[in-house]
Amino acid sequence: MSTSTTSQLKLESTRFKNRLFYFMLAAGGLFVLAGMYAVHMMEEHGHIISGMNNQIVWGLPHVFAIFLIVAASGVLNVASIGSVFGKAIYKVRAPLAGLLSIAMLAGGLTVLMLDLGRPDRIIVAATNFNITSVFAWNIVLYSGLFSLVAVYLWTLMEKRMNIWSKTAGVAVFVWRFILTTGTGLIFAFLTARQAYGSAMLPPMFIILSFAWGMAVFHLVQTVMYAWNEQVLDSAIMDRKKHLLGIFVLASLYMVTVYHFTNMYFANRIGFEYFILRDGGIFPDLFWWGYVGLGNILPLILIYLPGLGRKKCALAASLAVVLGGFAFLYVFIIGGQAFPLSIFPGYEVSSSFGDGQISSYHPSIYEFMLGLSGLAIAFIITSISVRVLNFLPHDKPYIAD
Amino acid sequence: MNDTQNQRRSFLKTSLGVAAVAIAPGFLLFDVAHGHSEAVSAKVRWGMLINTESCADGCNDCVNACNKENGLSGGTLPTDSQWMRKIEIKDISGGHSLSLPMMCQHCEHPPCVDVCPTGASFKRADGIVLVDRHLCIGCRYCMMACPYKARSFVHEPLHDQNPDVPRGRGTVEACSMCVHRIDKGQQPACAEACSNKSILFGNLNDPDSEIAKKIRTVASAQVRSDLGLNPGIRYQGL
Amino acid sequence: MNLQSDQSAVLRTYSPVTCLQGIAGGSLRYDLVIRVLARVAMVLALLWLCIPAVWAAQTTPYKLDIGRGGECVKDPQWMRQNHMHLLKHQRDEVVHKGIRDDKISLKNCIECHASTKDDSVIARNDSFCVACHRYEAVKIDCFDCHSGTRKSAWLQRNAK
Repeated sequence: MSTSTTSQLKLESTRFKNRLFYFMLAAGGLFVLAGMYAVHMMEEHGHIISGMNNQIVWGLPHVFAIFLIVAASGVLNVASIGSVFGKAIYKVRAPLAGLLSIAMLAGGLTVLMLDLGRPDRIIVAATNFNITSVFAWNIVLYSGLFSLVAVYLWTLMEKRMNIWSKTAGVAVFVWRFILTTGTGLIFAFLTARQAYGSAMLPPMFIILSFAWGMAVFHLVQTVMYAWNEQVLDSAIMDRKKHLLGIFVLASLYMVTVYHFTNMYFANRIGFEYFILRDGGIFPDLFWWGYVGLGNILPLILIYLPGLGRKKCALAASLAVVLGGFAFLYVFIIGGQAFPLSIFPGYEVSSSFGDGQISSYHPSIYEFMLGLSGLAIAFIITSISVRVLNFLPHDKPYIAD
Repeated sequence: MNDTQNQRRSFLKTSLGVAAVAIAPGFLLFDVAHGHSEAVSAKVRWGMLINTESCADGCNDCVNACNKENGLSGGTLPTDSQWMRKIEIKDISGGHSLSLPMMCQHCEHPPCVDVCPTGASFKRADGIVLVDRHLCIGCRYCMMACPYKARSFVHEPLHDQNPDVPRGRGTVEACSMCVHRIDKGQQPACAEACSNKSILFGNLNDPDSEIAKKIRTVASAQVRSDLGLNPGIRYQGL
Repeated sequence: MNLQSDQSAVLRTYSPVTCLQGIAGGSLRYDLVIRVLARVAMVLALLWLCIPAVWAAQTTPYKLDIGRGGECVKDPQWMRQNHMHLLKHQRDEVVHKGIRDDKISLKNCIECHASTKDDSVIARNDSFCVACHRYEAVKIDCFDCHSGTRKSAWLQRNAK
């Protein structure tokens, strides 16, 4: 009697989960559709319906895309610690990390590509290659990471290929460092702009990627464990939590150094005042969003003793992700909003916004496009974890 | 055996045909050349010397001429293209003020060309920096890289463009130094329109040209010369 | 074993054949009828999707308005097959090297081939470029940027 009730209950729960799965998939699909609609509208009417203009040339879609791409590189950290440094609890998580990397890269690149003025001509980016452009290198780096991670996943999941997993792991490890360096260089090479053009940017993006990737990984892992009614070993949870804490601290350090070096250059002090004190929404987002929500809160949640483990780690991860978006908004849009100094030492004015702080109001279409990138990553992840065995299977925990 | 040979033959024939079609235009060109039949060369470097002392405060003649020549709307919304604009500058400590036109500076080492992923941004042999709109995918990286904010992105579909100046939605554009006029032996529209003759256009590489002589005799400066880009536009009295 | 035979029984009841047999035999089963109707609806929907293609195939191509026309570069048949190579070659030569061959420039093509009625190669369904490219279903984006109007006419219109 009682066994049949439990099996009945189990069946009910499976049915409910099936429905929930398809419902969530459909919801994700709707977001993707909305994004495609936004693209269609931008094709039809031009970028005039976005909030971007000749002063703020990169907007919200780039915030989403760069977050996804940077996190896609950072999430591979989990895999690298397993495959390159041989830590067992990370090794069982390597397949999931690889999957998340591919999913986020796909989402981010879709957004980046569809925001182009002429996305229909994307093939030109492959046929005409300008060797001096870091953007062109990035096209190679992104597609390279895609295929490398795919091979890596193969070596992890196909028993006969397991012997190659370390080699593939090392290749991925090296490649993603170069890739995030490339992402940082996109901005580091903009020497004329006070906000960018700093050699600090590539290492800063690498460290940021560690924190964001770890946070995304933890979010997804928590959801997967809850879905499968499994409990993560608390010792493993603690290790991951502390690793996230270290990454958050390190990234805060890098961002601090970046701003300090900027302040050291007399011609950039105006920009630092703008972004950290006078710039309206930008200092607010920086201090409350990035420093408060994205760093202080997670650090409290991770290191303050006496707080619950599971919920704290989850909340900390979520806060790091939201803080990451706040950081990129300030970095990308704030960096462009501050007037370019064409005549240093002069007060300038013109019909083209010279000497003025540019304003930017993101439009709904940009949101739709950006969210569709997240939705693509979500769909790829959720379908893959359902049809393939990506759930980490821990052996009884042994410290290594 | 015979069949294979036939197949080979037909394959060769088709390949030759395709190759002929690809090469034919080159030969044809040779025959039918009418217009400017020689490639521009690096012996020429086009440039301008702008006299900020005679450039009148509040005068917009050059900008209007540019707009008319290139079919720009003349609107000044943040989403409107402005190939040329007048900037009023005032020395913060001294208070001395000037008015001058600002546009693509046609650098010798243009950052926009370095960063363009597809090579759509390029520098012609005679020093004119252009966008090949056939290759431009609209990524706007050049706009981020330009120290002079010289470039605009076309935010809306356009209609009824000047047949000499093609421009369209989703691509980046900038001052072309009126390349279509230069190739016909004319001056850029702005230089022609300036009633004070403040814009002197010419070949910087020719020591006998008016512009080269003047640059030798009067003090002139390049904007943001600290960046080492060696722009082809120079300003006198800055 | 038992389970397997159960499954095949289910499959049998759901197949359209048994369903039709069911209807013919008088023992009407509504769920099966609904299933059949759903399939019919699906087939109809697919057919409906084909309508535009059938409709497009039936339309007679427009009679081409070749403007002034005439033979200037090569004979019409050669031009039909190769004009794109000429234009593409010309485009790269002009833009990158400044070699302006007026004869095979797009502007010059338009000069002769624009309609004598409205001075355009793209304004109407039977315009020189539009009619043919629509018939061949080859999308061109030349005129996103290039003017499709004869320059003399454009100058007249924009004289003021």
